[in-house]
Amino acid sequence: MFDGLRRVWETFFDLDLIGQTLPTMVRVGLLNTLLLAVFASAIGVVVGVVIAAGLLSSKRAIRLPCRMYVDLLRGLPHILTVYLIGQGLPLAGITPFGKSTYGYAALAIGLLEGAYMAEIFRAGFQSVEKGQVEAARSLGLSHLETLRFVVFPTGGRRVLPPLTGQFILVIKGTALVYLLGLTAGQREMFAIAQDAATLHASLSPLVAAGLLYLAITVPMTYAVNAWERRLRDGRKDNLATMDRALAQQATG
Amino acid sequence: MTTQTTPEACTVHGNSVTFDHVSKSFGRTEVLHDICLEIPGGRTTCVVGPSGSGKSTLLRCTNRLEEPTAGRVLLGTTEVTDRVANIDAIRARVGMVFQNFNLFPYRTALDNITLALRRVRKLTSEEAVERARTHLASVGLAGFEHRRPGQLSGGQQQRVAIARALAMEPEVMLFDEATSALDPELVKGVLSIMRDLAGQGMTMIVVTHEMRFAKEAASQIVFLDEGRLIEKADPEKFFGAPESPRLKAFLSAVS
Repeated sequence: MFDGLRRVWETFFDLDLIGQTLPTMVRVGLLNTLLLAVFASAIGVVVGVVIAAGLLSSKRAIRLPCRMYVDLLRGLPHILTVYLIGQGLPLAGITPFGKSTYGYAALAIGLLEGAYMAEIFRAGFQSVEKGQVEAARSLGLSHLETLRFVVFPTGGRRVLPPLTGQFILVIKGTALVYLLGLTAGQREMFAIAQDAATLHASLSPLVAAGLLYLAITVPMTYAVNAWERRLRDGRKDNLATMDRALAQQATG
Repeated sequence: MTTQTTPEACTVHGNSVTFDHVSKSFGRTEVLHDICLEIPGGRTTCVVGPSGSGKSTLLRCTNRLEEPTAGRVLLGTTEVTDRVANIDAIRARVGMVFQNFNLFPYRTALDNITLALRRVRKLTSEEAVERARTHLASVGLAGFEHRRPGQLSGGQQQRVAIARALAMEPEVMLFDEATSALDPELVKGVLSIMRDLAGQGMTMIVVTHEMRFAKEAASQIVFLDEGRLIEKADPEKFFGAPESPRLKAFLSAVS
């Protein structure tokens, strides 16, 4: 009985081992996790805005490929996409980042996130009241000017909370780049934990990594929730419109 | 509330609008049927009728927010419905005021007005701001430049919307039930601005339920029902001696 408990403890909570791996995990892993998340999100935002604009296009030839992009990347297991892009591009001779796995990792996750962010942006842009678009057009602003000066600023503000929520998912998603094989200095939190766990035949480093993830994601989640609540209380009607758009997307 | 500070800056030049056999269908529903109507320049034309009669649709055909299914719309001698015409340039000549104000929510009153002045009229920032201030003052909102729509009452928002349209120095102003969404005590201020504007010789097409305004400000009143132009007359005849039974029924219902 006591032996069993001890084994459980050593498997998950070997404090010596945790103390040993924690410095690298924070210094190298945490930094890389956050950097990857930021790079991937930056790619995701750019891809997301472009695809969202495409999804809202009146031209089928533009709308269709954008819709396919979103459906494809949201429909595939993330691990598969990360492999295909992260491993596949260099293998296929498409090497914009040379031999740096890091770049391909950020690109793979960024393209993936772009598909999710496209839907967030689309819902945000669609939540902009038709009347505002009509007002802009009636003043003589062109379609593109209306998007740029009226739809994007208004819709963009409304998507900030869900976008931050998506950023939390990206932070967790960076763990997938472990698969691509990173050099020692490029490893993010999960990779460092996993390597240490294999080496010492104990899962304790993974528990430590988990706690670090939680230390970032849980406060951010609560912050986003509070932010959304404040927006909702402030601007009931607009958020209701957006909720409807998001609900429509979820069911449709 | 509606002090006219700088009438000079608001001197207006009206232009006529012609609806030439205009029809409009949404799917199989015909909302406008063969409308022929002359809107004289420099005058106010009120369009009245029951809801769903096609009033707003007719108005929105003027700047092609709705595309007529058949017929032509002319602004002066420019054909609005010409498919190859630069519709943005034509729209910039036509001011429009909406029922729900439709101000840009994250822009201040001033920015709401300067946006199109800078982008469409290509004014410099300074010129745009100056003109916007003048027009805000002319609708009694001097000092409200930096308020956002959310910090303004409905009546104030609608007056900013009017200033936004007027700052473009349009040839025609369209009002789509501009007072319908306002609390009763705020209607007066907006109507008095519209009345002043009519007095200055702006061409106005006003879709409204305000019969008193129509009676006092319009030079002609048009009655639409089920997408058809039923009757057109000057206010005296319109209210005093209506001809069609449908208009008689409508007038007795609203008065």
